[in-house]
Amino acid sequence: MAECGRVDSNTSHTMDKSITLPPDEIFRNLENAKRFAIDIGGSLTKLAYYSTVQHKVAKVRSFDHTAKAAAGDKLYEISMQEEVTARLHFIKFENAYIETCLDFIKDHLVNTETKVIKATGGGAHKFKELIERKLGLKVDKEDEMTCLIKGCNFVLKNIPHEAFVYAKHADSEFRFQTTNPDIFPYLLVNIGSGVSIVKVESEDKFERIGGSSIGGGTFWGLGALLTKTKRFDELLQLASKGQHASVDMLVKDIYGGSYGYLGLTGDLIASSFGKSATADKDFSKEDMAKSLLHMISNDIGQLACLYAKLHNLSRVYFGGFFIRGHPVTMHTITYSINFFTKGEVQALFLRHEGYLGTIGAFLKGAEEDNPNQYSWGENYAGSSGLMSVSPDMNPMQRARSGTFPFDMLEMDRLERQLVNLPLLQDPSSYIPDTVDLTEDALAREYWLYCFEEALDGVVKRAVASQPDMPEAALRAEKFRQKYRHKLQTLRQQPFAYGSLTVRSLLDTREHCLNEFNFPDPYSKIKQRENDTALKYYQKAVKSLDELSWEEKQFALVQGVLAGNVFDWGAKAVSDVLESDPEFGFEEAKRQLEERPWLVDSYDQWLERLKGPPHKCALFFVDNSGVDIILGVMPFVRELLSRGTEVVLASNSGPALNDVTNGELQILTERIAAMDPVIEAGLREDRLLLVQSGSSSPCLDLSRLDKVLAMVVRERQTDLVIIEGMGRAIHTNYYAMLSCESLKMAVIKNSWLADRLGGKLFSVVFKYEVPAGKPNKDCGAFSPS
Amino acid sequence: MKLINEKKPAFPWFGMDIGGTLVKLVYFEPVDITAEEEQEEVENLKSIRRYLTSNVAYGKTGVRDVHLELRNMTMCGRTGNLHFIRFPTQAMPRFIQMGRDKNFSSLHTTLCATGGGAYKFENEFRMMADLELLKLDELDCLIRGLLFVDRVGFNGHPECYYFQNPSDTQSCVKKPCTLDNPFPMLLVNIGSGVSILAVYSENNYKRVTGTSLGGGTFLGLCCLLTGCETFEEALEMASKGDSTNVDKLVKDIYGGDYERFGLQGSAVASSFGHMMSKEKRDSISKEDLARATLVTITNNIGSIARMCAVNEKIERVVFVGNFLRINTVSTKLLAYAMDYWSKGQLRALFLEHEGYFGAVGALMELLKTTEDP
Repeated sequence: MAECGRVDSNTSHTMDKSITLPPDEIFRNLENAKRFAIDIGGSLTKLAYYSTVQHKVAKVRSFDHTAKAAAGDKLYEISMQEEVTARLHFIKFENAYIETCLDFIKDHLVNTETKVIKATGGGAHKFKELIERKLGLKVDKEDEMTCLIKGCNFVLKNIPHEAFVYAKHADSEFRFQTTNPDIFPYLLVNIGSGVSIVKVESEDKFERIGGSSIGGGTFWGLGALLTKTKRFDELLQLASKGQHASVDMLVKDIYGGSYGYLGLTGDLIASSFGKSATADKDFSKEDMAKSLLHMISNDIGQLACLYAKLHNLSRVYFGGFFIRGHPVTMHTITYSINFFTKGEVQALFLRHEGYLGTIGAFLKGAEEDNPNQYSWGENYAGSSGLMSVSPDMNPMQRARSGTFPFDMLEMDRLERQLVNLPLLQDPSSYIPDTVDLTEDALAREYWLYCFEEALDGVVKRAVASQPDMPEAALRAEKFRQKYRHKLQTLRQQPFAYGSLTVRSLLDTREHCLNEFNFPDPYSKIKQRENDTALKYYQKAVKSLDELSWEEKQFALVQGVLAGNVFDWGAKAVSDVLESDPEFGFEEAKRQLEERPWLVDSYDQWLERLKGPPHKCALFFVDNSGVDIILGVMPFVRELLSRGTEVVLASNSGPALNDVTNGELQILTERIAAMDPVIEAGLREDRLLLVQSGSSSPCLDLSRLDKVLAMVVRERQTDLVIIEGMGRAIHTNYYAMLSCESLKMAVIKNSWLADRLGGKLFSVVFKYEVPAGKPNKDCGAFSPS
Repeated sequence: MKLINEKKPAFPWFGMDIGGTLVKLVYFEPVDITAEEEQEEVENLKSIRRYLTSNVAYGKTGVRDVHLELRNMTMCGRTGNLHFIRFPTQAMPRFIQMGRDKNFSSLHTTLCATGGGAYKFENEFRMMADLELLKLDELDCLIRGLLFVDRVGFNGHPECYYFQNPSDTQSCVKKPCTLDNPFPMLLVNIGSGVSILAVYSENNYKRVTGTSLGGGTFLGLCCLLTGCETFEEALEMASKGDSTNVDKLVKDIYGGDYERFGLQGSAVASSFGHMMSKEKRDSISKEDLARATLVTITNNIGSIARMCAVNEKIERVVFVGNFLRINTVSTKLLAYAMDYWSKGQLRALFLEHEGYFGAVGALMELLKTTEDP
C-alpha cells in the first residue's frame, strides 16, 4: 500500500509548542522562500521549499590595458559581487513539532506570493486545516505514489552515491553505488503500513505491479499486541536484541539437522512462530519481536524477488518507514533478498529515502520552473548526513537531550547542466575516486587528520582574503566550527554523505567556505602569482625554443610538472610558499624526481609525438600562476604548433588556487598579446577555453558541463590531458578513456607518496592508449 | 500362492510422515485374510490391527480420521481398508515407547517414514525400539501419494474438488472434479511451513520456493494472541471473528477505492494495521484476532502461490497440507484469491485427504521395495 505511515493519535501536535527553534540552522533562507511542499507521514513531517540564496562571488575583470596608468601592476581586478543562486531546502522533523514549525515559518515568511502548498502523505489530510490557518496557504493534495516516484527519480539522477547496498558485517556497512545516468527501469518496494511494489520505466511511466498487506503496519500492530510495546522504534530495538530461534521452528527442529536433499540449511526458518504453537511456555518480548521482524522481512523480500524475476528487473530499491535508516530492517531485507535470489538481485537503499515524497510533491508544484531541466548538487554544508542525529534515530536518547531534532537536505541548482564526458570508456562503471576512504580505514584516518591539521591555515587564508571586512574573522570562525564538526561527523560516520573520498572532503570544505561567504580565499594569491608568472612567460618560451626538438619535448613535460608543484592545496608546498615567496620555477624543477619516475611512460609519449598530430586535445588544467602560465601554456603552444586543436577546461567556480575559467580568459588574452602562436590559436578558433562545470579541486568526469561535452564531440577529441594531484591522482587515476590520455602530477604529500611506493615530489606520468587502438602511425613521421 | 506371498511385504503395512507439528500415519488393514493366514498371524500383529481399527482415538492426542478411510481398495494384490491417523509430533517419544512395548521389531516389517522427523527420530527408533526406519524424501512421497489417491478415488467419488463462483460468497459451492491430466501443476503444501513445487510428471518436479508463514505460524500466533491451545480451537474462534476490525483496509486509508492503482476499498492494505492504535488494541476480541491471523496467513500463501504460478507458467494450483483441514475459510479464500488476482486465469484445486499424501507415498514405497528383486 502506498500509505507511508499513520498519524499517531497518541502524540499531540501541541506538546512541544514552547520549544525554540535554532533559526541559524533550521529553515534557512526562509525570507526568500517561494514554493512549499509538505509530506506528513505517520510520525515525521518533511517540508520542502525553494529559495534563493545570496552569495558573495569573486569576479575577475580585466583592466583596460590601454590606460596603463590606471592599471598599475595588476593584470585584473577582483571584485566581490552578490550572486543569487537557487536552492532547495528539505527539512524533516517529528509531527509533534509541526505547529511550532508552522508558526516559525509564518513569522519569517516575507515573500507571500505563494498561494498554495503541495501536500502528500497519510497525515496531510489531518493537518490540512492547521496548515491553511497558520500559513494562509491552500493545501493542494498530490497523489502519494506519484510524488514518491518523482522524488526517487530526482535523487537518483542528481545525487551521486544516493543508492547503497547494506552489508552489516562488512568493513564498511554502506557500499555506495556509482551514479548511472541511465536509472530506468527499476523496482521500488515501498514498505509503509503495507507494501507497494512499483515498476518505474521512465520519468512519467510507472505501474504498481503488486503489493502485500504484510508490511510495517503488521510489524507494528502485531508487535504491539505480542510485546505490549507501543512505539515502532522500540519494537525494532527489542527485535535487535532477540533470538528468533526460540520462537521459530527451524529446519533443524524438524529434521534434526539440515534438509540436505533440497539444500536447506538447518538454521533456516521452516515455520515462523512454529514453536509458540507447541510449547506452552513464555517467550521473551525480544525473541518474539525478532521472529516477527524476520517473518515480515523475509516475506517482503520473497515477494520483491518474485516480482523482480517476473519483470526481469535487477535494480530493486527499498523505502518506506519500515526501512527508513533502520540498520536492523535493512539487514533483514538484504538477507532475505540474498537468500531468495542467490545474489542475483541486490537490495538497494537510498540515503534520502525519507525525503522522496516531499521532493516529489515539490516538483509537482514547480513544474512550470522545469526543475528537471537543471542539474542539482547536494550541498554538504547544509545537509545532515545519513544516520545523523535525525528524528528517526534513537528517540529515547534524543528525548533526554532536549534538543529539537531535525534533519536537513539542501540542494543547489547548478548553473550548468552536467553530463558524462563522452570519452569515458564505460560510463556505468566509471568511479572518479581512486581510494574509497569509507573502506580504507588507514587512509581515512590519515586524510581526516590531514584536513583537520590544515584547517587553521584555511581559516587564516579566508580572513586574509577579505581584509576590508571586519566581520570576516567571525565568519571564518563559524566556518571553522562547521567544517570541524563535519570532519568529526565523518570520523564517526564516514558514510554520512556517500563514499568518503579526498574529493568529498575537499568539496565539503568548499561548500562550507561558500556558506560563510568566503567564495575565493585564494583570489589575491592567485592574482599575485599570475602577475608574477606572466612576467616570465616570454623568457620561458624563448629558452624552450632554443632547445632541440627532443630536449624541448622533455622540457615541456618538466615544465608542466614543475608548475604543478605550485599548489597551495598541498601542505608540504604551502609551507614552502608561505615561508619563501621567491621559491622559483627553476627550484621546483630541481625538486622533481629524476627519471625514471614513479610512473613513467614518457618514452611512449615521446614516440607518439614523433607520429602525426592529434586532432584535438582536451586539457583539464589545475593551478593558477606558474602552473598554468609557465607550465601548461608552453605545452599548449607546442600542441597548437603541431596542428592539434586545444580545449582548455578549467573550473567554473573557484576552488583553492585552481585557475578559474574567468581568470583563464584574462590570462590567455594577455599571453596572446605576447605570443603569436596563442594569438593565432584563439583567432582561428583552434584554442578554446571552456568551463568544466565544476568548482572542485578534483574532477568527476561523469558530471561535466554539457557545453564541454558538446565541444569534445564536435572537435573529435582524441587526447585527454589531466593535470594535478586532485584530478589525476585522487580522482581519475584509474579512469579508462576511449581515446589517448595523459595524466601528469607531482605527489606533494609524503604519506600518499609513501603509499604509492614513491617519495615527496615523485612524478606520475601516465600515458595510455586504449586497448584496440594501436598507435599504428607511430614513428612514421620524423620531426622536422 | 506362497511364492507370491513371499514377495509381498509382511504385515503390518504402515506409511508414516513425521512433520514439524503432526505425525501422519496410514495403516492398511487387509480384509481378505484367509483362515490359514489368520492362524499364522502372530498375536501382537492381531492386537495392533484390532487396536487401530476398533478405536477412533489413541491416547490423549491421537485421532483416526474415520471419514477419510478408503474402503475395499486394492494395494499390492491385497484388498483392504486404508486408515488415516494423526497425532502431534510432540507425542513421538510416547509412540516410540509404544513400539517397544508392543515389540514391533519382532514383526519383520520395514517402517517407511518420511518428513523431517524420519531423520530427527531415526536414532530414537533404533535405540529405544530396535526399529530401523526406511527414510524417504517427503516431496517424493507427497507427489507419489497424491497421484495414487487421486487415481484410486475417494470410495467411488473424486478425490479432488474446486469452488464454483469463488468470487461470490453467496453462490460459491464446492464441486468435485478429477485430476485426469494433472501436469503441469503447482503443488502448494501447507504444513507448519509451506513448500511450493512445480510438478511436470510423477518423477519430474522442482521445489520452486517456500515460505515460513504457514500453518505453524497461524497456530503459533493464535496461541500467543488469544491463549488458545489447539488448531481446532483457533479455527473455531476464527470462524466467529471479523478481520476488518484488525486489518486496515484500502478504504480506511483512502476513504474508498484507490483508483490510481485499481485497488478495491475492501482490499486489505495493512494486515494488523489497526493494531498500531492503542485504543483499538484494547477493544479487540480474540475471535477477531484469530480471524485476522488466519486471513493474513492464507492471503500471503495465495499471493506467493499466484506469483509462482505466473513465473512458472502453470495454471493449475493444487493446495494440500493439514493447514486446510476443517478450514473452509482458507480454502474459499485461496480459491477466491487465485481467481480474482489472475482474472480467472488460475484455478485453485483441493484434495479431500489434505495432509496424508506424504504418509501414503511412504506406504507405497514399502510395497515397491519388496516388489523389486
